[in-house]
Amino acid sequence: MRVVWGCLAAVALTLAVALGAAYVMRGSSPGLMVDQPKQEIFAEPGSVPIGGQFSLEDHTGEPVTNDDFAGKLRLIFFGFTNCPDICPTTLAEIARTIELLKDDADAVAYLFVTLDPERDTPDVMAEYVKAFDRGITGLTGTVDQVDAMADTYRVAFEKIGMDGEAFQGSGDYLVSHQGNTYLMSKSGEYLTHFSYGTALEEMAGTIREAIARFGDADGET
Amino acid sequence: MTVRVHPIGLLSLFVLALAIPARGQDKAAISVQQPWARASILASRPAAAYLTILNKDDRAATLVALETPVAGRAEVHRTVKQGDVMKIVPAGPIEVPAGGSVGMEPGGYHVMLMDLERPIEKGEIFTPTLRFANTSPIAVSVPVLGPGARGPEDD
Repeated sequence: MRVVWGCLAAVALTLAVALGAAYVMRGSSPGLMVDQPKQEIFAEPGSVPIGGQFSLEDHTGEPVTNDDFAGKLRLIFFGFTNCPDICPTTLAEIARTIELLKDDADAVAYLFVTLDPERDTPDVMAEYVKAFDRGITGLTGTVDQVDAMADTYRVAFEKIGMDGEAFQGSGDYLVSHQGNTYLMSKSGEYLTHFSYGTALEEMAGTIREAIARFGDADGET
Repeated sequence: MTVRVHPIGLLSLFVLALAIPARGQDKAAISVQQPWARASILASRPAAAYLTILNKDDRAATLVALETPVAGRAEVHRTVKQGDVMKIVPAGPIEVPAGGSVGMEPGGYHVMLMDLERPIEKGEIFTPTLRFANTSPIAVSVPVLGPGARGPEDD
């Protein structure tokens, strides 16, 4: 008799634990969220008039155009090497993102375009980008070339004096500029952008998703 | 085992306990936490330093100037966001409220180090003096982290 009760108790306990576990797992199951529509984070390539042809010089002094990066997604960000605050932070975050992406990192070209070509010669750019990650390509050019590139990417920028007022034409200056980082398709079409301060994991996750959807060598969109 | 407390030892502890807060109120009303700077890579490029100023006093303290031998000029600047555009402007005097603090971090307040005498390199420590309008100046030891550091814990 005691054995029977013991067995029954054991069965009841097992059942209770199993049911409890099932209930808890059901509550946290990601499967329940599948039906919710996911917000589209990428623009249809070609639908947003940001990006296009450009002609610049890389940090080794070689001329480069948009087509030289064909076959890779591009992460493009703008700045200048005399920038003490935002630019090093952005470059450092791009370097960390490259680390987070690990093997996927090679599917993307990382392009840092200077908005201060007068001071940022290829040599200066080379010195600067290598302090962050050797996977980052520094781009500079003539003032006209950089203006054209910035225009194509809708990047507003302006020289300002160290006093924060409009630059008077002599002495030191900074460049106030748009802080967005663009993610472009393999042919240089706008997919999405990241505002300054976007969490690294979020940026890496979005880039991974873009690689999966737009980065396949045969899946040219 | 017995523990014997020497009466003079006990007395000196008591005196010490009284002395420390009195001294603390006087000298440590203003303190700095988590100072760090980024290596400048080249001397021609301005560098940035970041720190948090704590004010335990019952009146506000106003940071009016910074001096350091490594830079010809050191000023607090602030990155402000106007739409998508980031702009750096001098912050002017920085008021640290009574019992409060002012923090500096990338994308906000920073000490811009201009006209560098030489590149500021990773691993070194420099000691700027912070001058306040209404209280004694303090010297702060600022460790220089790598050019890609984003905060005091980075390298």
